[in-house]
Amino acid sequence: MTARQLWLRIGQALLVLLATYTLAFILLSALPSDAIMARYASPDLGLSSDEINAIRAEYGADKPLIVQYFTSLFGFLTGNFGYSVQTGASIASMVAEALPGTLALAISAFVLACIWALLIAVAASFSRGLRGFVLGLPSLMVSLPSFWIGIILIQLVSFKLGWVPVIGASPVQSLILPALTLSIPIAAPLAQVLVRSIEDVERQPFISVVKARGASRSRIFFGNVLRNAILPALTIAGVLFGELVGGAVVTEAVFGRAGIGQMTVNAVANRDTPVLMAVVVIAATLYVLINLLVDLLHPVLDPRVRRKERA
Amino acid sequence: MSIHDSLVISDLAVTYSTSRGVVQAVQNVSLSVAPGQITAVVGESGSGKSTTAQAAIGLLADNAQITAGTMHLGEIDLARLTDKQWQRIRGPRIGLIPQDPNNSLNPVKTIGASVSEGLEIHTSLSTEARKARVIELLEMVGIDNPEHRYRQYPHELSGGMKQRVLIAAALALEPDFIIADEPTSALDVTVQKTILDLIDELRHSRNIGVLLITHDLAVAGDRADRIVVMHDGQVKETGYAASVLSDPQDSYTRQLLADAPSLSVASVPQRRSVAGSVRAQQSAHAVAPWQRDVSAQAEPAPLLSVRNFTQKFGDFTAAENISFDVQRGTTHAIVGESGSGKTTTGRAIAGFSSPTTGEILFEGKRIDPKSKQLRKHVQLVYQNPYSSLNPKMTVGVTLAEPLKNFKLVGKSQIKERVARYLELVSLDPEFASRRPAELSGGQRQRVAIARALIVEPELVVFDEAVSALDVTVQSQILRLLARLQEELTLTYVFISHDLAVVRQISDTVSVMSAGQQVEYGETERVFSSPTSTFTRSLIDAIPGQRFRDGSLNMGL
Repeated sequence: MTARQLWLRIGQALLVLLATYTLAFILLSALPSDAIMARYASPDLGLSSDEINAIRAEYGADKPLIVQYFTSLFGFLTGNFGYSVQTGASIASMVAEALPGTLALAISAFVLACIWALLIAVAASFSRGLRGFVLGLPSLMVSLPSFWIGIILIQLVSFKLGWVPVIGASPVQSLILPALTLSIPIAAPLAQVLVRSIEDVERQPFISVVKARGASRSRIFFGNVLRNAILPALTIAGVLFGELVGGAVVTEAVFGRAGIGQMTVNAVANRDTPVLMAVVVIAATLYVLINLLVDLLHPVLDPRVRRKERA
Repeated sequence: MSIHDSLVISDLAVTYSTSRGVVQAVQNVSLSVAPGQITAVVGESGSGKSTTAQAAIGLLADNAQITAGTMHLGEIDLARLTDKQWQRIRGPRIGLIPQDPNNSLNPVKTIGASVSEGLEIHTSLSTEARKARVIELLEMVGIDNPEHRYRQYPHELSGGMKQRVLIAAALALEPDFIIADEPTSALDVTVQKTILDLIDELRHSRNIGVLLITHDLAVAGDRADRIVVMHDGQVKETGYAASVLSDPQDSYTRQLLADAPSLSVASVPQRRSVAGSVRAQQSAHAVAPWQRDVSAQAEPAPLLSVRNFTQKFGDFTAAENISFDVQRGTTHAIVGESGSGKTTTGRAIAGFSSPTTGEILFEGKRIDPKSKQLRKHVQLVYQNPYSSLNPKMTVGVTLAEPLKNFKLVGKSQIKERVARYLELVSLDPEFASRRPAELSGGQRQRVAIARALIVEPELVVFDEAVSALDVTVQSQILRLLARLQEELTLTYVFISHDLAVVRQISDTVSVMSAGQQVEYGETERVFSSPTSTFTRSLIDAIPGQRFRDGSLNMGL
């Protein structure tokens, strides 16, 4: 990739972010009521409409939408995410607290998913007898809801077998089951794509040429097939990473883990618009970053998309 | 010179188990390959030649089984080897030169890594020693700047270069013999010649036997010591190249000989004399046709006139300053190698693109790509009959489509018209209810021709329309085209890479190279006294030279 292409790609990523932000802003504004009403309009608090209006003014909620849009956009650009309407806490500090846990979960789930996918693909290529069973795995895995997997895993691993304590677990221990839960639905489509592209590559004429050199099965697979087969799977992996964010919401709720997922659930329940905006922007940024990374990885793995070097 | 063993195949039989039961692919096949000699297996698709080759290197498909026979390489019977044993034979004792170099190298590995793979598997050479050996091999097969090529990837090399690389890889372990499975059918004719020259030279210098699989009897005649003709899984004829070609015993061999354009001398359907007008052009061929003076006015105006046609795609010039005339009822051939711009020119004539500059006149009027009426007069027959027909439509629906589009006949007559055109291309009218998948390649191309002709066009552009077909089918289609041209007074523009075919069927020819028209004139004249060195090299590269010269290998 040339420097020009790289900048173009980064520019594209920024545009996507701006579009996401704008769309999220419009959607959240279009909802009836808002965070302030949700927080203060309850009759129990006994606030008069004048008082509520005063609060609205304080948050800037009385200003025209377009002004609010640019104020909050400017805030995001300067790293000032604003304050939670619900708790009054700085959103930046909330995010700083929640993000590492979620990232750790997402990354370990993602790594696990890649391992599953690879194991399934290898098993499908090498064991003739198990092939049918192995090929059926992805469709089974993708149809298991993650909250159900989570509950089953807790029941089995923590209560029945007692391998991972439910309470008082170390940070690593507490990561195992959620990561496992989250990895399964991600691994399924990844494995499917990988298995199919391995089949495609194995049918390529160059594989018989490699066989004609007397290569063993494992040399053919690991030395020639795999790297070619990973290319299409890589693109899917980038797209699937987006699903991790959605999956993390449910998984964190099931396992009672603090993180972006739980923050999102609370924010939705309370119509905490500024927090929701921050979550959307963070999720979109991660997604865009991962896919940028995938695009940059492609030329590393595939010489055909590298810039032509002139000798 | 290394001592090598011969390959001796006796009474080989191979079956495939398919969903429709067991299919006998190859039966009673016997042949031998002596060190330093070339044995060519010649046959059309489905003849079992590839199955024989795959069996000889242990790379039969999973559903294939050797049911009888032996394959001896020295003392070893290859037909009885296990997978593990095969791994030690493939590479050090038997090499493979594959069919299409463009998909036979791992795209994500460097040239160096691919060539040294065999050494890595079978020798204990150090990394440096391997690299030195690979560079030596690359140099031996005529790769320029091997140090640099070593680090390059397949997509950075031309098809011919890749085939050289693959030859180097096959030779790396000094095998007893090499299987060359249609090693040049994916390459341009001039490149084909250099690659076959290289194989020829290496088998002499390294005393390596070659089992050459080819569909081209002319190639076999030029290169092989012995020829094995296969048809329907059986050996029809075996013998020295000279005796098979000059005194064929089997009727199938005789038919192959008659149908191979580069070998047939007289069986060509005689061109009708359109020469009057063409010759007049010839005398003026130094001058552009449209600049000819009044003396030429006596001849009829050309049906098609291409004037200074130039087509650019962005910065890339696909065709530049192409000019030629085609008289009504004649065939003009555009011949060239891949990337020469011949298809670009053909597509513009058929109205699928507008010239960047210059003009294409049909009956004196500029061709308008947006005009639907144009399609009624100019039709295109595409190269690949497998992808040019809609697989979901029956032949009848496919043929009726243009009739409906142009409202040429009333609804009631459509069926009758479709039947008539199927008969015209020598197909049973019953074919109307079939789908393309039920048809052979030759039948599909007949349907494609019928579809083009059903609107009663005046000009038909054939883009490599017979290149994907077996020689016997190809020759049937060519005869069909000649008959139709006569009956319907059609004008053809025939795009081809095959000079032998072009020589048979065209009245005038444009030779293209790298987007330029390097030669234009009456076919007879261009072939007998070409003025450009490029045309000369193309003609020299036509296989079958030894047959035509009478210098066939007599086995002496």
